[in-house]
Amino acid sequence: MPSPEQKQNFAILRDRILAQEGKEYWRSVEEFVDAPEFAEFVSREYPHEIEEWDDSLSRRKFVKVMGASLALAGLAGCVIQPNEQIVPYVKSPEGQLPGKPNFYATAMSLAGVAVGLLAKQYEGRPVKVEGNPDHPGSQGATDVLAQASILGMYDPDRSQEVTYRGNSKSWETFSSELRAAIEENRKDGGAGVRFLTETVTSPTLIDQFTKLKSELPNSKWVQYEPVNKDNAMAGAKMAFGSPVQTIYKFDKAERILSLDCDLFSSFNVGYIKDYAKGRNYSEEHKEINRLYCVESTITITGAKADHRLGVKPSQMPEIAKAIAKAVGVAGATSSYTENAAWIAAMAKDLVEHRGKSLVVVGDNQPPIVHAIAHAINGTLGNAGQTVVYADPFSPNSDKLQLDQLRELITEIDGGQVKMLVILDGNPVYTTPADLKLDVPRMNKIPMRVHLGSYSDETAELCHWHVHGKHYLEGWSDGRAYDGTATICQPLILPLYDGKNAHEVVQLFFRENFDKKDYDIVRAYWSAQSALTARPTAAAATATAGNTAHAANAVTSTSNPVAAKSARAANTAAPAAAPASAASSLEDSWRRAIHNGVVANTAATPKSVTANTAFLNQPQPAKPSGGDLEISILPDPCVYDGRFTNNGWLQELPNPLNKVTWENVALVSPRTAERLKINLGNDKREFSGGARGTAFINTRGTNMASDLMTLTYQGGKIEKPVPMWITPGQPDDVITIFMGYGRTRAGRIGTGLGYNAFDVRRSDAMDHGFGSIAATGEQGNVVSTQIHFNMEGRDILRVWDLEEFEKNPMMGHQHNEIDKSMYPHEQHEAVYEKNNKWGMTIDLNSCVGCNACVLACQSENNIPVVGKEQVERHRMMHWLRVDTYFAGDIDKPDGPSFQPVLCQQCEQAPCEVVCPVHATVHSAEGLNDMVYNRCVGTRYCSNNCPYKVRRFNFLLYQDWNTPQYKLMRNPEVTIRSRGVMEKCTYCTQRIAQARIEAEKDARPIRDGEIVTACQAVCPTDAITFGDMHDKESAVAKTKKDHRGYNLLNELNTQPRTTYLAGLRNLNKEMPDFKLPVNNARREDGVEPGPEGNKY
Amino acid sequence: MQTDKELEQKLHPAMVEGDHTFGSVSDKIGDVTLKKRTPFHWFIGFAIAFMIAQLLLFTTMWLLANGIGIWGNNQPVGWAFDIINFVWWIGIGHAGTLISAILLLLNQKWRTSINRFAEAMTLFAVACAAMFPLLHTGRPWLAAYWLFPYPNTMGIWPQFRSPLIWDVFAVSTYATVSLLFWYVGLIPDFATLRDRAKNKFFKFMYAILSWGWRGSARHWHRYELAYLILAGLSTPLVLSVHSIVSLDFSVAQIPGWHATIFPPYFVAGAIFAGFAMVLILCIPLRHWYRMQDFITHTHLIYMGKVMLATGLIVVYGYAMEAFFGWYSGSQYEYFMIKNRIWEGPYWFFYWLLIFCNGISIQFLWFKRFRESEFWLFVISIIVSLGMWLERFVIIVTSLNRDFLPSSWAMYSPRIFDLTMFIGTIGFFFTLIYLFVRFVPIISIFEVRTLLPDANVHGHQQDFDESVLEIEYTYDKTDPPNQ
Repeated sequence: MPSPEQKQNFAILRDRILAQEGKEYWRSVEEFVDAPEFAEFVSREYPHEIEEWDDSLSRRKFVKVMGASLALAGLAGCVIQPNEQIVPYVKSPEGQLPGKPNFYATAMSLAGVAVGLLAKQYEGRPVKVEGNPDHPGSQGATDVLAQASILGMYDPDRSQEVTYRGNSKSWETFSSELRAAIEENRKDGGAGVRFLTETVTSPTLIDQFTKLKSELPNSKWVQYEPVNKDNAMAGAKMAFGSPVQTIYKFDKAERILSLDCDLFSSFNVGYIKDYAKGRNYSEEHKEINRLYCVESTITITGAKADHRLGVKPSQMPEIAKAIAKAVGVAGATSSYTENAAWIAAMAKDLVEHRGKSLVVVGDNQPPIVHAIAHAINGTLGNAGQTVVYADPFSPNSDKLQLDQLRELITEIDGGQVKMLVILDGNPVYTTPADLKLDVPRMNKIPMRVHLGSYSDETAELCHWHVHGKHYLEGWSDGRAYDGTATICQPLILPLYDGKNAHEVVQLFFRENFDKKDYDIVRAYWSAQSALTARPTAAAATATAGNTAHAANAVTSTSNPVAAKSARAANTAAPAAAPASAASSLEDSWRRAIHNGVVANTAATPKSVTANTAFLNQPQPAKPSGGDLEISILPDPCVYDGRFTNNGWLQELPNPLNKVTWENVALVSPRTAERLKINLGNDKREFSGGARGTAFINTRGTNMASDLMTLTYQGGKIEKPVPMWITPGQPDDVITIFMGYGRTRAGRIGTGLGYNAFDVRRSDAMDHGFGSIAATGEQGNVVSTQIHFNMEGRDILRVWDLEEFEKNPMMGHQHNEIDKSMYPHEQHEAVYEKNNKWGMTIDLNSCVGCNACVLACQSENNIPVVGKEQVERHRMMHWLRVDTYFAGDIDKPDGPSFQPVLCQQCEQAPCEVVCPVHATVHSAEGLNDMVYNRCVGTRYCSNNCPYKVRRFNFLLYQDWNTPQYKLMRNPEVTIRSRGVMEKCTYCTQRIAQARIEAEKDARPIRDGEIVTACQAVCPTDAITFGDMHDKESAVAKTKKDHRGYNLLNELNTQPRTTYLAGLRNLNKEMPDFKLPVNNARREDGVEPGPEGNKY
Repeated sequence: MQTDKELEQKLHPAMVEGDHTFGSVSDKIGDVTLKKRTPFHWFIGFAIAFMIAQLLLFTTMWLLANGIGIWGNNQPVGWAFDIINFVWWIGIGHAGTLISAILLLLNQKWRTSINRFAEAMTLFAVACAAMFPLLHTGRPWLAAYWLFPYPNTMGIWPQFRSPLIWDVFAVSTYATVSLLFWYVGLIPDFATLRDRAKNKFFKFMYAILSWGWRGSARHWHRYELAYLILAGLSTPLVLSVHSIVSLDFSVAQIPGWHATIFPPYFVAGAIFAGFAMVLILCIPLRHWYRMQDFITHTHLIYMGKVMLATGLIVVYGYAMEAFFGWYSGSQYEYFMIKNRIWEGPYWFFYWLLIFCNGISIQFLWFKRFRESEFWLFVISIIVSLGMWLERFVIIVTSLNRDFLPSSWAMYSPRIFDLTMFIGTIGFFFTLIYLFVRFVPIISIFEVRTLLPDANVHGHQQDFDESVLEIEYTYDKTDPPNQ
């Protein structure tokens, strides 16, 4: 007879084993052999064999363990399903229609900057995020990190329970034990309590910490994250005497100088949107802005800049001074003498655009550069015009994060820290090597608590780990780059009942410690004047319209842009005066949540004047040593490592070198030649460039890269670093990226790449000196593109703006259909009755940020194939961004970016060769893919000149993980093995718009359909619509003289066309040179009014 | 001065050597299947071939379980070993029908002693080839019938514009006609074996296979007609099948595929490859089974000459491909040729191909090589390899670098590509071994028509007359049911 205890043991064992996944079964069984519960369990079960049990491994024991493990593992299948009753809706919840998505406004924060989102939700499951058009930090667009956050939420590797030393505990146990410990600490006012967070701008959380100060006056709150605004704050302090938040107004800037600022990188969506307003070229807007870029590591910003100067990181302060001198900043002197003509011409241009120019600085530049930029902007009269200042959004900004961390580490070393509460972030991994929160330091703290989404490196070293909520699961708030507050609402109940920082901090209060995040956030905002103030008349109108929807959902429409217009229609509803103060608060609260922004919370500009005295102050000695400079940057895909376990981001090709699934070190071709890096491969990698065309970077499907030992400021990166030759990288500068080398990231991210935090030091956070040495080994670096040379083909057009305006017909293409013997009017007549979908991609606008790639992946349920399959060149992205370098290899022109998706050819080469009619032409001109009919001959892919078709060589979709089942877009088929797939202009969105239009018996409006890639694009490079409608946006772009068909000579008559990229070159610049393919023209072609008949 | 006899010998070399009578021909050929103990080398060879064929079985199983991702095919290179092997095997299959049908219609008597196993080779090669178009699809369980125009409630038909559908018809027609042709030709010989078999089981089997053939004049008359009609049907097929297979490529617009020269060039290549394979098979066969009397040196020399002629056509094709690449004025075509010949990563395979198919056959101009069994065998092996490389070069080097350089990628085979290919070779030889053991490898009754006894009226008499002659002597020399 089994005793009750035995049953309990059994349950514990079972629970523990069930908590493991996959291969963990086996490991955990081994662990259980040592676990007392297990021994007890077995001894009760087999009393006569207890003696044998403690023997070292014998055959009998082995068989027994195996048997027990199989039995236990098998229990997963023996669980009796709970007796549940399924009750259908008697009255369906308002605003919820099965199969109809709802959009809810929320926001995602990163490094204290919130980007407003509209999350799309089907029956309670968020499946896609879009930008919030009303949010200044988004303006309707998003970036790769926000797009990938959906996968992050459903990640099965997220930690799913509260653990104490790795053992599962309940939240109640945790809160009671934590509160007992807090009571201990109250005696000395919390002198031993330290909170360690990332950059916090959440007003509610700041408020909580402020209030906590009265209860635990001696506790300290430390903010640290590896990519922070320390330099900017220190620079502002230098220039203005106090830290300020710098807010740029790119839309007002006509001349922009970037000093190593990767403007187009992630989480700058609002800025990119503003920049694009000044950059996008059209008949109405011909004066486009000009971007100068002085940078060390080549970035997409540098690639898109009209004039780019690649310099060593250590030269930046002197260059900044030289620029300051050239624009006339009082007291500026510089020892930098190179590129004098470049600086002079550029400075002249800036000066000529006083008040309309803008100097921006990257966060990785030392404070002095920031200070100089403030001085330059002041001198140029930009302050208050293109750049405004405000008080910092994050508290304690006058104390650098690094100093806060340093102080914390000193206190830990001094044994003063009794309790460390780490709220989000992974400091054990991200702290600098000399301030590492390592095992000995952590062991000095008697109580360590970690809140985080993953059981990561930090969780491992903490006693308590609380599983965090994803931002889509909890209530919070945040501030955009300009200070606008957003209340973030959850889209789903927490998948694993996680907690967020608000709730953990709340535990420290005597009263109301078990408040839920909703109550906390609501309570905070109820007291804020932004909500309690009486709404103005216009706002009241909007409120009345909006409150007509009982739910907070925007509206049930196919896309957020349409949602916005629907909402605009609502504002026309007659105003109903707010009845009382209470309902007014409720209305404001609802409105704030509904709109995704709290009205009038943008930061008030602060008037400050730059004091140039700092120019004369002695600067701290520069780190020196060696002739090889090393720069450390966050990875363009996985950022600082928090997204390492995200498969979409891992497989997202790095914008410049298309590397996936790991980080590489960038090195210039000349330095590579000097240091004999990657020369063993193929000399032609370089020779192509030397001939003045471009360069070839190829050896097979992947690049065989030299693995080097890299030392930085005396520290050595543990894992060998693969080198990647990148034209445009300054000579003698090696760039390494953070975010990899994780040891506890999860199934996806663990073990990939090298760890830059091994060597990053507090005295050289962003760049320093180092050396590399060959290990003699080579590794395969996996990239999705291995040839970056256009081979002289007319693929990606980039022209000089002035040349183009002189001769607008320079790129005119002959329409190949005219040469056809067959009458095509008949063919065309088919489309007269129907919509005729078309797309235009403006290569002038496109900055290569990759957001479209992930938006497509998220919208269309595109699987991740894994490193090995990418290495075999079988990635599945329906939309890719091609990158081509042109010009001299040492000073490349570009690279330039070209998003390539299915061109929806009118004369599609894929259609005629399919033996089973699996790819057919729709009556609206789409090249449809019938997945059910496809047998997978791959003939269509072979015959596609654009190579946009993707084949499921293996079963790439994960059919088993339950979380992923919730994540997928229900409107798009999950493709199986052996089937070809490709872009169909988001045909599900077209269908949805058509249904709406037919219900109203009206034609589909222009702009009603927004494809996923179009919606996400921060530069509005993509235009989609009906080409029949002469007034439609797409019809207008089709008339642009920059338009061209890719591979026009094949007469595929693509519906997707491109608009040539433009460079707004300054003729006075010493590096002025017409783009390589500037004067491409087809000989003997008569310019006609319309290039593309289809 | 040449005597009349010498001149005669030179103009019309004897196709059967040695002092043979009708009876001895039947004995010699029939005994391989009936009387002789199965030679030890047969068991060895069969065992090896059968083991290798298991690779095919295993690979196919693995393939169906996991998908074609187990191969090396990738995004730009959607077709690789699968279609290379398909085209290669189909090409090999061509010689059989050419020998049987076209040479029959052209009244080339030397075909008679090699046509039987050449046709068998055709069938087996087509069997190997037909596997690939099916198994290379992502979902073969559907492709197996969706490619056929079967009536269904959905009213969906295959897409008749796709060359893959033409392939389905071309290959299945070819396989059917070849099988019939082969089998019809076998009926009189099966009857012979039936009559001579001692083993009850074999007698029974051969009796069934020979469809009650008694050798009456009416039988012979109908046989003649049927054989001639099938020959007439097969003749256009020899040209059509490989033309259509070549259209898989030339209909596509990939540079390196999109060429008008493909149909004749592929047909010549197929005959070239087919004759090479016939030589590879018949040189060892005539030794092992002492068939030198029937498969004479003259046969080998003739086949060498056909190889040389078709090989030269193929080389002309290579030259034209390069010429078109330059003359087309299309940068893509020009790049393709450049990439294929010297700049691309696969240049080595191109030059290996030129060596195998272009250089090696030049030796056949010389009598010394043409008349040497050893050199013919070696050259045939080289040519077979070369013809495989030709398809590799056409398929892989065209696909790996096409229009947009961003999509370029390399292809390299993986282990299952190799096991699949080697497995089909094993399967092919397994079938060949079974054929050699159970079916007369040389047409008994046709060889008898070559004997002087059958030519009592001199050399000018046509085939029909010689058959009548056999009929006349049939009862005397080979009475049924002895």
